[in-house]
Amino acid sequence: MIRLDNVEKVYRTDRIETVALSGVNLDIEEGEFVSVMGPSGCGKSTLMHLMGLLDAPSKGTISLGGAVVTDASDQALARLRNQSIGFVFQSFHLIPDLSVLDNVEIPLLYRKVGAGERRKAAEAALERVGLSARQHHFPSQLSGGQQQRVAIARAIVGKPRVLLADEPTGNLDSQMGDEILSILQDLNTREKTTLVMVTHDPRQAEKTARTIRMFDGRRVN
Amino acid sequence: MLKNYLKLSLKILGRRKFFTFVSLFGIGFTLLVLTLAAAMLDHIFSSYPPETRGERTLVIDNVRMQGKDSMSTGPGGYALFDRYMRGIPQVERLSILSQPETVISYWKGARLKSLIKRTDADFFRILDFEFVEGGPFGEADVGDGRFVAVINETTRAKFFGGAPAVGQAIEVDGQTFKVVGVVPDVPIFRLMATGDIYVPVTTAKTDDYKTRLRGGFHALFLLRDKEAVEGVQQEFKARLGKVELPPQFDRIYAVPETFFASFARLFIGDFEAEDAGGRMMAILLTAAALFMILPAVNLVNLNVSRALERASEIGVRRAFGASARDLLLQFLFENVVISVVGGVLALASSAIVLALFNASDLIPYAHFSLNWRIAAWGFAFALAFGVISGVWPAWRLSRLTPIQALAGGVK
Repeated sequence: MIRLDNVEKVYRTDRIETVALSGVNLDIEEGEFVSVMGPSGCGKSTLMHLMGLLDAPSKGTISLGGAVVTDASDQALARLRNQSIGFVFQSFHLIPDLSVLDNVEIPLLYRKVGAGERRKAAEAALERVGLSARQHHFPSQLSGGQQQRVAIARAIVGKPRVLLADEPTGNLDSQMGDEILSILQDLNTREKTTLVMVTHDPRQAEKTARTIRMFDGRRVN
Repeated sequence: MLKNYLKLSLKILGRRKFFTFVSLFGIGFTLLVLTLAAAMLDHIFSSYPPETRGERTLVIDNVRMQGKDSMSTGPGGYALFDRYMRGIPQVERLSILSQPETVISYWKGARLKSLIKRTDADFFRILDFEFVEGGPFGEADVGDGRFVAVINETTRAKFFGGAPAVGQAIEVDGQTFKVVGVVPDVPIFRLMATGDIYVPVTTAKTDDYKTRLRGGFHALFLLRDKEAVEGVQQEFKARLGKVELPPQFDRIYAVPETFFASFARLFIGDFEAEDAGGRMMAILLTAAALFMILPAVNLVNLNVSRALERASEIGVRRAFGASARDLLLQFLFENVVISVVGGVLALASSAIVLALFNASDLIPYAHFSLNWRIAAWGFAFALAFGVISGVWPAWRLSRLTPIQALAGGVK
């Protein structure tokens, strides 16, 4: 599903060159639930950004669904992200001025989907995460756990093949964190969504099929 | 999608109220000035009684005679139009009218000043006066030099206190006229039509106006068809070539043209300009654009700083499939919405300002108002303003990579 071949990412400023990733090889099969672990600054987030086509590698290639996407245009990458990838961020990143329902609809705005169909899909996604009753609320009216559930609904509304979750429970207490993980597991089990999750929590990592360990920008297992 | 953007635009307006106030004040004030200018220009040049046939009416405002050592520019003479310009094909009617002249009347112990215009019967057939009393003087009145007059409502009020004036006599500049008609006041900037008292040209105190090629008169041509303009201008030019000029002059120049083009020629100061109307329009539009630039630049800075708050949103949209073009259009749309809101406020305040202006009587007989044309211009200015002030911030924000945006960074 996702393949990284000898990927390197270097950040350059006028004075400093930082090697965030070096010689990373990685293959994630369709339907897998994989976790990524490592100390702060080891390149986990950079790895997620590259897998999610949010950034481009300095060297190496990235393939999605068997097709090399490294040199695709901005427009093409946007389309691929829209069709195939969903994101769940540690800080939720919900738009405060939009209702829960409008937030969930966002990925569908960039597809040729009519307003009625968009609404139905958003309602179904909210139903999936158990928040139908809150669709007309605003993010500020929700708890952290509820906001993250809305973020998950937004990530799955377009039925992506891959879901990338960057420390989805990082800002939540353990009980809410368990609820979120439970939703993600359910998505993987029932819908066979490929899931990649960055986590600091070994208990959460144990619940995934395998764990990729990173250290100083390199994969160590 | 547009409904979504519209909802978001209106939400953002309500979010940071102080910034919104500053933005809307800047936009609203700029558009207010432009809308007022458009309303005034519309009132001066658009179809307005009695100048309702503007699209097929041409005027000769000024004439230039030039020689090796001499030049004379100003209103044409009666003889120029009467001897040389009658019977041009495609011209339905020709009226020769004097420049308005200030005259004094002594009436019931009061000293009254009025503007008198000496003209002919075709004047009232070319211009569409709506008589409130009586009617115009005719060919026979002019032919026989009868002392009859059409007056405006303000003159009726001055002389007769608003009582019916037809049949009454008025004394003007030592001459006595019988009132045959009363018309509404015509704004002072409608140069051809304005006047307090209209009398037959044949009542002039001397006859020497009949021989002069230059001085004191304008001409109005009513064409059979608005398509005939070019043909009439060419025939006019050909006839000018046959005018017997005084010995010190070897060339005469004049152009029959629309009211707007005639005013434009005066305004741009180039008497022999090829397309005075077009140049004037270009000047006005350039002035409008320049007037919008400074507030637009200020708004650009404001928009960029407001956008810092939305870096996260930009990152999310990019992550979920928005291309740089999608974001550019979104932010441009939002800015246009804010500008249109400012435009609506400007239109509302224009109505108030114009009403105050009308009540002040600063410009005699002027009655400025808003109409669909002004609203369209107001909307066009708002749209232009929204695009000018929004395109740079929108482009800047759309260039953010998803990572930069999610990290909250705008460099």
